[in-house]
Amino acid sequence: MRASLFITCYNDTLFPETGRAVVRLLERLGVALEFHPKQTCCGQMHANTGFRAEAFSQAKRFVGLYRETETVVVPSSSCVAMIRDQYPGLFEDLGDETLRRDFAALLPRIFELSEFLTDRLGVEDVGAYFPHRVTYHASCHSLRGLHVGDRPMRLLNKVRGLELIPLENMDRCCGFGGTFSIKNAEVSSAMLATKLQDVMATRAEYCTALDNSCLMHLGGAMHRQYAAMRTIHLAQILAATEGAPPEEAA
Amino acid sequence: MNTGQPVLDPRYAPGFPIAALPVLRNPQLRKNVAHATDVIQSERARLIAEKSDWQELRSAASAIRNHVLENLGSYLEEFEARCTAAGGTVHWASDAAEARAIILDILCQEQASEVIKIKTMTSAEIQLNPALEAAGIHAYETDLAEIILQLGEEEPSHIVVPALHLNRSQVREIFARTMGLKDLTDDPKALTAAARNYFRQKFLTIPTAISGANFLVAETGSVAVVESEGNGRMCLTLPRILITLAGIEKVLPRFADLEVMLQLLARSATGERMSPYTSLWTGVTAGDGPQRFHVVLLDNGRSSILARPIERQTLKCIRCAACLNTCPVYRQTGGHAYGSVYPGPIGAILTPQLMKMEFAQSLPFASSLCGACYEVCPVKINIPQVLLELRSQVVNQERGQAAWLGDLMFLGMKAANSIFASARRFHAAQALCRIALHPFTRKDGWIHSLPSLGAKWTQTRDLRGLPSQSFRQWWAARAKEGR
Repeated sequence: MRASLFITCYNDTLFPETGRAVVRLLERLGVALEFHPKQTCCGQMHANTGFRAEAFSQAKRFVGLYRETETVVVPSSSCVAMIRDQYPGLFEDLGDETLRRDFAALLPRIFELSEFLTDRLGVEDVGAYFPHRVTYHASCHSLRGLHVGDRPMRLLNKVRGLELIPLENMDRCCGFGGTFSIKNAEVSSAMLATKLQDVMATRAEYCTALDNSCLMHLGGAMHRQYAAMRTIHLAQILAATEGAPPEEAA
Repeated sequence: MNTGQPVLDPRYAPGFPIAALPVLRNPQLRKNVAHATDVIQSERARLIAEKSDWQELRSAASAIRNHVLENLGSYLEEFEARCTAAGGTVHWASDAAEARAIILDILCQEQASEVIKIKTMTSAEIQLNPALEAAGIHAYETDLAEIILQLGEEEPSHIVVPALHLNRSQVREIFARTMGLKDLTDDPKALTAAARNYFRQKFLTIPTAISGANFLVAETGSVAVVESEGNGRMCLTLPRILITLAGIEKVLPRFADLEVMLQLLARSATGERMSPYTSLWTGVTAGDGPQRFHVVLLDNGRSSILARPIERQTLKCIRCAACLNTCPVYRQTGGHAYGSVYPGPIGAILTPQLMKMEFAQSLPFASSLCGACYEVCPVKINIPQVLLELRSQVVNQERGQAAWLGDLMFLGMKAANSIFASARRFHAAQALCRIALHPFTRKDGWIHSLPSLGAKWTQTRDLRGLPSQSFRQWWAARAKEGR
């Protein structure tokens, strides 16, 4: 199977190890992975901050780049939610029929990583080994945008050595919210503090999620507080094997 | 006692990020809000679980409310005709000032010097009480929570549970002080008994009442009010004169629609199968209840909301406040930070629209867009979608002004857009960021402190420094090596 990796702008810049893990994981599962060098951003940051005209141009660009692509894999649920939930409205406003048609044809071929694994490849046991206590943070967009349900749990439950610790109030936001974390930094921090109490109470070694954005938020606070936990993207856990533990940043 | 809370007038309230600060530093208030919202939410969840047709009910309610909004004019006229035929008088108020004038006019004709009130958000929206006071008419709130607020000179912080930010020892303090009851305990029974003693006489002697409305029924001209204490029932039945103030969006087509709405409302609002008191009346009935009955239909910006296809859904709201209880922002800040009688997610979309987008522009940004509000909304208002629409309107306002030239966020967003338009530019920007952030990055690879807007992040969170190689660089290098 062929698939094209849309890495997303912030993973590309800040979390390349997540991208490398996706490559390692999917190639191990026999996927011929491609990377479109012209890709940049899906437009979520602009759309969610009220810069709709700017988001238009990025959404249009995305559809142009992937129009011919067989399958697009995205290791970020919030970017997929942007594409699924917001592109249709943007294109309707633009009134561009060709674009709407192209997008409608492309949409069913775009997958968030856990969706791609469980739905498209039909695997749950990806042959991973990660002998650690892990808790799973359900990002808002994965939960209420994509409705990924228990897909990530099913994948994690098949990882050898991994002990999955349930998280209290799993459906509650970590307070990141993109530019919300800057515009309303204090409220965002209060939400983070509340979330972190639940996360730390699991006494897990790692907190994982489908989104590095939430993990950047949670991980930033953990690092600030010298907490006995760190964050790791789901792809990095799934890519890990006995001989090759996950590549982690400092 | 004035607690220093801002008066809930969006025209004067500080922006949300500023208004939230004193609350975030008030652990008592945050505990009260978290506890109360937890209790309501768990009751709601329990009662929804027993309804196997909950999602169908939501869809039905959403369809009813959409249908009403698409045909609002004709249903309002039908309501007016039926209500008038049943002996009521219907008044139309285009804005808050007109509504106040109509109500004052009626009260003057009735020579009222006092009125009793059942909790009405709409009267708070039009700031009725200060207007009455200025005209020498004292308004007695009779809803228990509203009594607490009125006596304590507090502002409401929740749509359904206005005194949610106070716990019972704080309520005891207010009652003991204002009612002169030194020995009052904080036992809920003692507190309600104190309120009852204080108010029973008002119910029996004041002949004029003001109410809100949960629903107006076009088919019959009826009005429906739901409440928990029975104080509302007293206001609706004992006085001779009753004035009901209702937003124009409150109308339902048929009496049977109440079946759907009341099931959803009680479960969503208070976690009850049915509200303890549901009052329904139609015009006037000789020898029974108020003999003069007025309905004031309030527009106050609603018809301009109605005209806009995405924002229109705001008016579907039935004021259950489920979105407040589930909102992770509201749960931290409570209601006062929203600077409006309508707080929480629904307030964040309703208030700026009622203000014609001239005030409260910070409210659409007071959300992490987590979507919890949409998930619980009994009439399926896509609040995140409306928030985004309003954010875009606020940004467009900024575009029209030169003010954005000094706004770092705005400039950054414009720059980012130009960067994202080209992979080459994006790659260059990544390299530039790496250089710019290098002086702030410690040996362990983390950033602990940033200047300017970045400080908003680093005030509570560290940030990982930029890795030396982006993913695209790694991919290109790997391709070069032939994998």
